Amino acid sequence: MNDFFRMWPAQASAHAVRVDQLFIAFSALIVALAAPVFILMAVFAIRYRRGVDADRSRAPVRGVWIETGWAIIPFLLTLAFFVYSSWLYFQTGRPPPGALTIDVVAKQWMWKFEHPGGQREIDELHVPSGEAVKLVMTSQDVIHSLFLPALRLKQDVLPGRYTTLWFNADKPGTYALRCTQFCGFDHAVMGGRFIVMRPADYAHWLQQAGTDGSLAQQGFELFRRLGCSGCHGPDSTHRAPKLEGLYGRPVPLDGGRVTVADDQYLRDSILYPARDVAAGYAPIMPTFAGQVSESDLIRLVAYLKSIGDQAEEARR
Amino acid sequence: MTDRPVLQTPEERESYLNAGHSLRSWFLTTDHKRIAILYLVSITFFFFVAASAAALIRLDLLTPQGDLLTNEGYNRAFTLHGVMMVWFFLIPSIPSTFGNFLIPLMIGARDVAFPRLNLVSWYIYIVGGLFTLTALVLGGVDTGWTFYTPYSTMFANGAVLWVVAGITIVGFSSILTGLNFIVTIHKLRAPGMTWGRLPIFCWSHYATSLILVLATPVLAITLILLAAERLFRLGIFDPSIGGDPLLFQHLFWFYSHPAVYIMILPAMGVVTELVTAGARRRIFGYWFVACASIAIAAIGFLVWGHHMFVSGQSMYAGAIFSFLSLAVAVPSAVKVYNWTATLYKGELALDPPLLFAMAFIGLFTFGGLSGLMLALLAIDVHVHDTYFVVAHFHYIMVGGAVSGFLGAVHFWWPKMTGRMYSLTWGRISAGLIFFGFNLTFFPQYLLGYLGMPRRYHVYPPEFQPLNVLSSAGASILAVAYLLPLVYLVYSLRNGRPAGPNPWGASGLEWKTASPPPTHNFDETPVVGGPAYDYPQPAAAGHG
Amino acid sequence: MADYVTLREPYAAPAQQREADFMGMYVFLGTEAMLFGGLFALVFGYRSLHPQAVALAARHMQLWIATANTGILLTSSLLVALAVHVARKGARRATGGFLLAALSLGLAFLVLKAIEYGIDYRDGLMPLVGPASPLRHTSAALFIDLYFVATGLHALHLTIGLAVLAWTAAVVLGRRKRLPDQAVVVEMSGLYWHFVDVVWVFAFPIFYLARN
Repeated sequence: MNDFFRMWPAQASAHAVRVDQLFIAFSALIVALAAPVFILMAVFAIRYRRGVDADRSRAPVRGVWIETGWAIIPFLLTLAFFVYSSWLYFQTGRPPPGALTIDVVAKQWMWKFEHPGGQREIDELHVPSGEAVKLVMTSQDVIHSLFLPALRLKQDVLPGRYTTLWFNADKPGTYALRCTQFCGFDHAVMGGRFIVMRPADYAHWLQQAGTDGSLAQQGFELFRRLGCSGCHGPDSTHRAPKLEGLYGRPVPLDGGRVTVADDQYLRDSILYPARDVAAGYAPIMPTFAGQVSESDLIRLVAYLKSIGDQAEEARR
Repeated sequence: MTDRPVLQTPEERESYLNAGHSLRSWFLTTDHKRIAILYLVSITFFFFVAASAAALIRLDLLTPQGDLLTNEGYNRAFTLHGVMMVWFFLIPSIPSTFGNFLIPLMIGARDVAFPRLNLVSWYIYIVGGLFTLTALVLGGVDTGWTFYTPYSTMFANGAVLWVVAGITIVGFSSILTGLNFIVTIHKLRAPGMTWGRLPIFCWSHYATSLILVLATPVLAITLILLAAERLFRLGIFDPSIGGDPLLFQHLFWFYSHPAVYIMILPAMGVVTELVTAGARRRIFGYWFVACASIAIAAIGFLVWGHHMFVSGQSMYAGAIFSFLSLAVAVPSAVKVYNWTATLYKGELALDPPLLFAMAFIGLFTFGGLSGLMLALLAIDVHVHDTYFVVAHFHYIMVGGAVSGFLGAVHFWWPKMTGRMYSLTWGRISAGLIFFGFNLTFFPQYLLGYLGMPRRYHVYPPEFQPLNVLSSAGASILAVAYLLPLVYLVYSLRNGRPAGPNPWGASGLEWKTASPPPTHNFDETPVVGGPAYDYPQPAAAGHG
Repeated sequence: MADYVTLREPYAAPAQQREADFMGMYVFLGTEAMLFGGLFALVFGYRSLHPQAVALAARHMQLWIATANTGILLTSSLLVALAVHVARKGARRATGGFLLAALSLGLAFLVLKAIEYGIDYRDGLMPLVGPASPLRHTSAALFIDLYFVATGLHALHLTIGLAVLAWTAAVVLGRRKRLPDQAVVVEMSGLYWHFVDVVWVFAFPIFYLARN
């Protein structure tokens, strides 16, 4: 982002390098497939110009073999690229377990990033280099899209849903961060800086950034303040599903279906508890829609994730 | 070229043009040729309206700060540009003008199957067009031509409802035109005109008509749901009660992807006519080319998800759509290679029609290949919603469809008007358009890969040089598009009278007078040979 | 026997014109099928996303009125088919009679539909107007909204169909179209009415029978 007239975007990860290689290699194939057309058109325009003497005998009007050939062979060649490209794409959709999770809330017209320790940023994202980072994103209003050109990645950010984007940035530097799904008035200025730091610098930045406690801790505060422990706590008189160890587990639902207790399920249970009631429980949980913001939901889910892990460890 | 007989001017002979001069005879006509002229004038009007919006956009993008338009104004400008270009220029352009004018002539019929319905189609188009334009200009819509929810249903201010209503109205014009063409081609072919002897122009329009009738109704229901959601505050696309904005995208693109084939297939049909006439050769691989048109239409219905690779759609769906999107390129490639092979050993006349056809082949090939690039998942994740996509579809729609349209104008102008225009100016036009076009849109591929998103009113300063190049190209294009208006209109009074077949082309339309009489043929033609029945070039051996 | 067949431009033979008319009508009905098909596809999408809410919503619909309406519409289609049959034989009055009978059944459908909408309004199922049922704030509302869009669109098509039947009856009884030479008018109207019926035959189970 530093040169005035840049011809190629910065590469901030191994994935970016691979995408660029794919792009260049495929461009070469494209040129190879198209060049004959351009060259021949020019050649024919000169050689077979009306009035110019040339051998026009036996001008072909059909050729099943050659037709089949130039239909199938280019297709098979592109298929090779299809396979590699799909493999790369599937990689970007499978974050490794234990990745550093940063929560993202998009709204008209700004980006809010929240690190697990509770550090918050607006329109700027600091990440450590050399480790897997997973962004869990949602929107407060319309569809946005987080674009990090230096990583060659983007992901639409939807209201009412969590979408994820993971990466491993290996080159420290300052890069662009942009919204790339038209979202209204200030769409063009919804963005800022994406800053990759060496892990030591990142740790230092985290300390300096100040926090009100980690996301999980803040979530616990909310859990108590909203009265969730009234039903879900150990001393409750109401029958409510146990939340320790719940995160990531399959949940049998009323009606015979089974779902997984992921971020989306937890969020939906808080906002729309009547939608997917756990099997064997009465649908008596009140909704908290209107009482909790997206940020609150992030904290509650972070808390539930943390007690999911603790129960896991306790079991060992 | 020695003494030629002095041809009567079109005014001196009875033809569809002078069979009645009253307004009533034009506005209540059921003659497919007059309806084609009505369309020609109207779509030209809408083209220049939409192009003016583009001019504003490119002017504004000369500087990173966007000092010409406000935020709101810019967003409304690109929406107006997209809506008007897609529905009021590109989709009707070739079918409603040249399809209407030529299909009956090419198959040896006296008119289309439902002439009064044809006129009704034009009125629906005009009403829809003026309604939408008024709403866009007076009310303003900033959602983009794609109307993604929940922005368009719950957040956008402006005349969304009115614009959506206008587009729904004009959809019926498309549907009825497609219906007319399908029945015409099935039922009104002259004796001897079998399916295997149809000009490829007719095959392409047949394939286009299949898409018109099957896909456009899905657009209608999509827009009805959008309007209902906005008007009655339903929740179908509202996530807070479980609605799914992604379902809107699926429904929208299920129509809008086939729609782009509506925009390109007719141009491909035109190009086959221009190449065969310009080279005076039969098309190479007639059946491959004919079936490729149908294949494009069919496979085109299966690829809509490639607009949604980063939308939150499942990765597996993404892989399937990626594969099918690569597959849909195959029939297009077949056409491109076949056109090139048709030029081989032909007798090429470098007149405007062939030049426009060659411009089409070059630009469409380049644009289509960038489409293959976009079909590759990992690359699309990077360039989706950037100027790379903008460049891709402009290469196809402007470099392709508009070149096809202009090529058609330059080829059939003498047939429609009875006058020939200046070939020199036509060649200049073709060249200027080719050059201006590449200067405008090639830099946009670079901008996209560098990371400039689309629909950006302001941009980071490092993108300015490429934007300036693009805007410079646009100014050349503006001149290049205005040029034909000048010399073509000039030819109406001062052009040399063209005979029935000034290009020496094959096809039933060239066997009747220029301009044709109202009933097209004095006697119903009987067809005895294949399409593009050019004599083999004088040389030893057989073809 | 084609004394009164008016051959329109650009047709050369009555058979050609007739085939073109039929083909045109079938293509048109195909476009209408795509219109409703798109809507029904969306409904199936929601049925798989929110099965519980959909079942709940369906239980609030007026199954008996809809069942009666299904019977009414099917019977009206039968009457229209009979009208076509006798039109081809040249029976002017019988044709008119059957058409008017079908028309009255169609009107009955609309009357029952209006009553049904009245009940829906009273139950608070309608968006924007009337008392708001708690259902309107849950995903059940999605299904109810789609029900209103679908049945509303269908009612619009049915109303157009009624106008078509009325016009056909008028021109047949008023001798402006001669039977059996110009029976194609009755045949075309009949096709359109059958289509309106077919849409209902799909809409009925998709909405009203989704209650388990």
